[in-house]
Amino acid sequence: MPKNTEIEKILVIGSGPIVIGQAAEFDYSGTQACQSLKEEGYTVILANSNPATIMTDHTIADKVYMEPLTVEFLSKIIRKERPCAILPTLGGQTGLNLAVALNESGILAECQVQLLGTSLEAIKKAEDREKFRTLMEQLNEPVPPSDIVTSVEAAVNFAEKIGYPLIVRPAFTLGGTGGGMCDNREQLEHIVQNGLKLSPVSQCLIEKSIAGYKEIEYEVIRDKKDQAIVVCNMENMDPVGIHTGDSIVFAPSVTLTDRENQLLRKVSLKLIRALEIEGGCNVQLALDPYSFQYYIIEVNPRVSRSSALASKATGYPIAKIAAKIAVGLTLDEIINPITGTTFACFEPALDYVVTKIPRFPFDKFVSGDRKLGTQMKATGEIMAIGRNIEESLLKGIRSLEIGNGDLYLQNLESISEKEIKNRLEHADDERIFVIAHALRRGMTIDEIYHITKIDPLFLRKINHIIELEKEVALQSFHLETLEKVKQFGFSDIQIARLWETTEEKIYEYRYENNIFPVYKKVDTCAGSVESTAPYFYSTYEQENESIRTDQKKVIVLGSGPIRIGQGIEFDYATVHSVQAIKEMGYEAIIINNNPETVSTDFSVSDKLYFEPLTLEEVMHIVRVEDPIGVIVQFGGQTAINLAEGLRKRGVTILGTSLEAIDRAEDRNKFEQLLEDLNLTRPKGKAITDKKIVHETAEAIGYPVLVRPSYVIGGSQMEIVHDEEELSTYLQKIPAIKSNKPLLIDQYITGIEVDIDAISDGKTTFIPGIMEHIERAGVHSGDSIAVYPPQRLSESVKQKCLEATDKIVKELEVIGLVNIQFIIHEDDVYVIEVNPRASRTIPFLSKVTGITMANLATKCILGESLQNKGFTTEIYPEPENVYVKLPVFSFEKLRSVDTTLGPEMKSTGEAIGYDSTLEKALYKGLTASGITIPFEGSVLITVADKDKAEAYKIAKRFYELGFQLYATEGTAKYLSDKNLPVMAVGKIGTDKKNVLSIIQNGEVQFVVNTLTSGKQPRSDGFRIRREAVEHGIISLTNLDTSEAILHVIDSATFRARLITEKGVLEA
Amino acid sequence: MTMTKRQLILADGTTFIGKAFGGSANVSGEIIFNTSMTGYQEIISDPSYYDLITLFTYPSIGSYGVNRDDFESLSAKVSGVIVKEICSEPSNFRSEETIDQLLLKHNIPGIAGIDTRMLTRILREKGAVKGMISNLDVDREEIIIKLTNEKEKDVVQNVSTTRPYIVPGRGKRIVVIDMGMKHQILHELTERDCHVTVVPYDYSEEDILQFKPDGIIISNGPGNPKAVTTTIHTVKSLVLKTSILGIGLGHQIIALACGANTKRLPVGSFGNNFPVKDLQRNQTWITTQSCRYTVDESTLKDTDLTISYRSINDHTIQGLAHKIYPVISVQFQPEGAPGSNETNFIFDTFLKELANNQMNNGGLLHA
Ligand SMILES: Nc1ncnc2c1ncn2[C@@H]1O[C@H](COP(=O)(O)OP(=O)(O)O)[C@@H](O)[C@H]1O
Ligand SMILES: Nc1ncnc2c1ncn2[C@@H]1O[C@H](COP(=O)(O)OP(=O)(O)O)[C@@H](O)[C@H]1O
Ligand SMILES: [Mg+2]
Ligand SMILES: [Mg+2]
Repeated sequence: MPKNTEIEKILVIGSGPIVIGQAAEFDYSGTQACQSLKEEGYTVILANSNPATIMTDHTIADKVYMEPLTVEFLSKIIRKERPCAILPTLGGQTGLNLAVALNESGILAECQVQLLGTSLEAIKKAEDREKFRTLMEQLNEPVPPSDIVTSVEAAVNFAEKIGYPLIVRPAFTLGGTGGGMCDNREQLEHIVQNGLKLSPVSQCLIEKSIAGYKEIEYEVIRDKKDQAIVVCNMENMDPVGIHTGDSIVFAPSVTLTDRENQLLRKVSLKLIRALEIEGGCNVQLALDPYSFQYYIIEVNPRVSRSSALASKATGYPIAKIAAKIAVGLTLDEIINPITGTTFACFEPALDYVVTKIPRFPFDKFVSGDRKLGTQMKATGEIMAIGRNIEESLLKGIRSLEIGNGDLYLQNLESISEKEIKNRLEHADDERIFVIAHALRRGMTIDEIYHITKIDPLFLRKINHIIELEKEVALQSFHLETLEKVKQFGFSDIQIARLWETTEEKIYEYRYENNIFPVYKKVDTCAGSVESTAPYFYSTYEQENESIRTDQKKVIVLGSGPIRIGQGIEFDYATVHSVQAIKEMGYEAIIINNNPETVSTDFSVSDKLYFEPLTLEEVMHIVRVEDPIGVIVQFGGQTAINLAEGLRKRGVTILGTSLEAIDRAEDRNKFEQLLEDLNLTRPKGKAITDKKIVHETAEAIGYPVLVRPSYVIGGSQMEIVHDEEELSTYLQKIPAIKSNKPLLIDQYITGIEVDIDAISDGKTTFIPGIMEHIERAGVHSGDSIAVYPPQRLSESVKQKCLEATDKIVKELEVIGLVNIQFIIHEDDVYVIEVNPRASRTIPFLSKVTGITMANLATKCILGESLQNKGFTTEIYPEPENVYVKLPVFSFEKLRSVDTTLGPEMKSTGEAIGYDSTLEKALYKGLTASGITIPFEGSVLITVADKDKAEAYKIAKRFYELGFQLYATEGTAKYLSDKNLPVMAVGKIGTDKKNVLSIIQNGEVQFVVNTLTSGKQPRSDGFRIRREAVEHGIISLTNLDTSEAILHVIDSATFRARLITEKGVLEA
Repeated sequence: MTMTKRQLILADGTTFIGKAFGGSANVSGEIIFNTSMTGYQEIISDPSYYDLITLFTYPSIGSYGVNRDDFESLSAKVSGVIVKEICSEPSNFRSEETIDQLLLKHNIPGIAGIDTRMLTRILREKGAVKGMISNLDVDREEIIIKLTNEKEKDVVQNVSTTRPYIVPGRGKRIVVIDMGMKHQILHELTERDCHVTVVPYDYSEEDILQFKPDGIIISNGPGNPKAVTTTIHTVKSLVLKTSILGIGLGHQIIALACGANTKRLPVGSFGNNFPVKDLQRNQTWITTQSCRYTVDESTLKDTDLTISYRSINDHTIQGLAHKIYPVISVQFQPEGAPGSNETNFIFDTFLKELANNQMNNGGLLHA
């Protein structure tokens, strides 16, 4: 059936900032969709407030609006652009929710915009838990007994009828926000109360728990001719009860017979047909391990995280096909892009095993609640491909970059039997390691099965790995054993542990004996048809399918799973680098393992190796490809960390040299560097001996900033104000060692500035300087960044340029460098030099129009900046103001303190731009999900050191007409200064207290600063958490508060008093 | 499980050494690959695979074991099995034995641990490839000579029932000519209340008609359709007399009986993900297939056959309908097993058309 020719302009809605439950997968699907629609000749208008995405590049859509994803702003775009249609099914839950809201607002009817892909009726039927249940009843499909409630009492009544345990699921929330399992009435009341608040329609579904069933997913596609297929099915290793986003997942299913598979396939197709979805859809099912009884868990009438995974797992690009279907093409006329000869109307056949493992943020949120449940907590995921489950799983584990990549955690050695059992029963992020450990200790598969309900087949596979380990340990340097375990995915590191030798020795041994993997293609058809797609994975087998071409080639290392501190920004840079390499006429090869991203779309590079980013795996690819070199600048710390090992093995690192990287990252060398260049940095020392920590801190002078060396995103970095806090801190961090020193720095208050520069070795070009709203001390990834800077003098900017140029010249930077400064009274302190692409690259590229990663790659490959018309300068600044705002996922991460500090906590970013800072901030805040209240009340409760400053803030709130609440100390301070303020009681006092006013929604803002140290569960902590959990704006930084006040001020009118002679009160 | 080694030698001399499992017989024959990811039990017991050495492209076979319900015939039918990895500890609530045990019981040899993707590539590129699975002591040259001289055997006679039997029902009377029928065809018929008589492939026209069938189904089965001359002969006259549905081999026999010709496919189609278009409804379905032969389209012009289904990928004929008589046929397996039975409406269509016959035959429309 031909495509729809009645429409020509299509508005695609993106998914906005990255939060847990809605991550890079929507950049991948959105990018594919836009390209796919353009291919068909449509004009594509894109709305997405996330500047870190590839999809917001001007080459992807015809017009890009990085405006807040709200009805207000989308309506403006619709009125201005007059699109004929909207495609909302590629922007996650955000896209769908917006489509519904836009429709309700009447704008779609007013502007005669039609909805493509999924009808509103279908969205509602799938997303509204009650309508969904009704539909299932009509279709005669089973769902667990449940009830929709709009009050806590109703929930309790229902619970009494069907009994515990129960699952609570708020309607229309992302990634299960606010949901959870409850075993008793108390838990039920708590969760429901919360859930009702979080649900935009104040509805919760209370459902009988079916935890322990197999959780199976089907990715299905349907077209308007009612042709429907299954792209892939997937089996969760972790049974129902643990969110699929947090589960280890295998594709295709492993323990299902064809009959079970067909049963569930049929149901899935029945559902997509009943919902009349034109495009992709995800169906989650629960299957009783002991019968054919199944339940439908949910249907997502759109592409999802799972469909990104299924696309990468099979090679079948779901989003691309879904977009074509949305404009009327049908499956039997769309060509399968991977084979180029067959049609999209078929079901992919795999001849390998795919494993997906989630990546959790608990290396950063050490005190967070690590238990897994029905609410998703992972920030990212990896995928691995192998020819058996063991190989696939082990490759996956080393892709996670946890520890040294081995299925082994040293710290589990010391835990008790009881604790192991406890951790098996209450799964947490380290579950797979705990299981391996339990098996090593001799726990039986049966025992573990009874505790975890993980299918014995998976447990046996893990056990097989443990058995193989034992076999390996028995025979050092035994060739046959080595060859055998290599086929089961053992890494050199793992074998080295068992043979008590080094990774290097194993590598040499393999080299001598010529034991190397081969590469197989991912081709959607299990080899039955020849495929041209350059998509490979390694395995230890006979025939190699990756043929080296004659072209000169460059390998780019990706950045692995998305985690806090290393997000989608690095994928953006990777993709741009690949494009530049191609433009320069080289073959661009990419290695990465993140299934959610654009970089792992096989059509982006000339060759894609879907592999773990380890020295071992990268070396194997280097051996097959013989590139002119490897680029490590764009893959974040993941890639940088591989540079040294690669160099040692004789690989050329393109761009900035390894020595330079080391001089920037090694603390002592870095100090020396700055000293040589006569640049100032905060006083500081690297300490390798615990004894002198206190005296050093004393000598530098409190407050000081402390952190372990070599970390991403400021892990475990804290500002410490006195001796006592320092002692508390020392107890929390791993032991100080000579190779793992503790860094102590003088803490400097001042304006923090981020600079990204590009150099070819001669010219140092700075596309832009970004100034942070929050003073130094809040991690650069968590502060609001403003471009162009608003508070820096010309001379300070020049100083920054000079310092940058000096550093660049001295380090002989080729490519990108990121430098962070603190400006204190016109002095410029250098705090950090990152000789690689940084988080700000996509944002700056977009607002300055300079495609930085592309340009940097060209420098790396030998082009001169001068020839391209660039000089050593700061690129002229524009008139308008652009702000980048951090976005957090605190709702999903219980027990994580929301206070901003030197350790990064945000998961994503949003952009706001307009003619003034206030307007830009307003948009940025809106885009980041904050609805700014222009009236109401504010609760202020701050540390003593902040009281004076807080007064100014309180005063402004008061002047803008806000009612002030404060805790006793703060209230006294404020009322002493004549501000009318209502004191509220401490936590636990029965009358109106600090928590109750939050819980009852009596305040719109909470301004709270950290008291001292980091005692978890302090009152301040509870206040902050309570605010987050009730969706109330919680400001933990006075600079952020002030910025928001500016915004409110600029958009409201205060009641002003006329004093004598008509003068207005100040 | 035994850990002895075993070899697989192709007619061109290509040799794979792998691990032995299943029975210990040495077998030779054509090697085909199947791309299904589930359904190995059904495939191994499907008579259409009789005498074929079957390679599973999915690398791990046996993970859910073997149960008593999912057989497609009384025994395992493939002549040998080639896999990347065999799972010896299956997990499924219905599992009763392992695939190794099943094959051992029927003395069917298996070879594991070889690069099955490489072998798939060879099969895809070379088309019909013969090979032999044997113990290591069998001489390579001898094997090659044997493989080059080997002739295609008559296979249907080995899988068809030797005497007729009845699966009683109260609905329409169907005679199934058993060319190597899958049990799932019977399931589909009994689910529709049919009274089924299954007869041997060489049953004569008179013998068949004595059952007063409302319709006849010619089942799936193995081998070259041209080899079953008796059945072709019988079908030639049956076409003029009653309603017929042909499936798989049955479809090819109808084509031959109606004057068309069949030919070998360059590469056999075995798996459960083949898209086939219903030309009348312009709708594509995912089908299960197991065939090495196809009806030659160029030979249709002098016949009364029209094409009703076509493969969207290789454009081969997937279904035929007779212009004059109520005779239809499909190349694929509408019953699935393994794979989807989303095209099992073909049984409904066929049975609905039989209402008149049923009356004429003296049957009751409503029992
Ligand atoms: N009735 C239930 N009993 C136990 N666990 C459940 C139940 N329903 C859902 N779950 C678990 O909760 C997870 C999230 O539920 P789901 O409906 O898929 O919400 P989301 O929109 O967050 O994906 C599922 O992946 C499943 O493991
Ligand atoms: N000496 C200092 N004084 C004040 N703030 C600092 C100092 N050093 C670092 N910071 C703050 O800590 C944050 C993180 O430090 P940084 O060295 O950039 O670590 P990362 O490697 O995580 O980016 C910075 O963004 C800055 O706000
Ligand atoms: Mg879900
Ligand atoms: Mg930094």
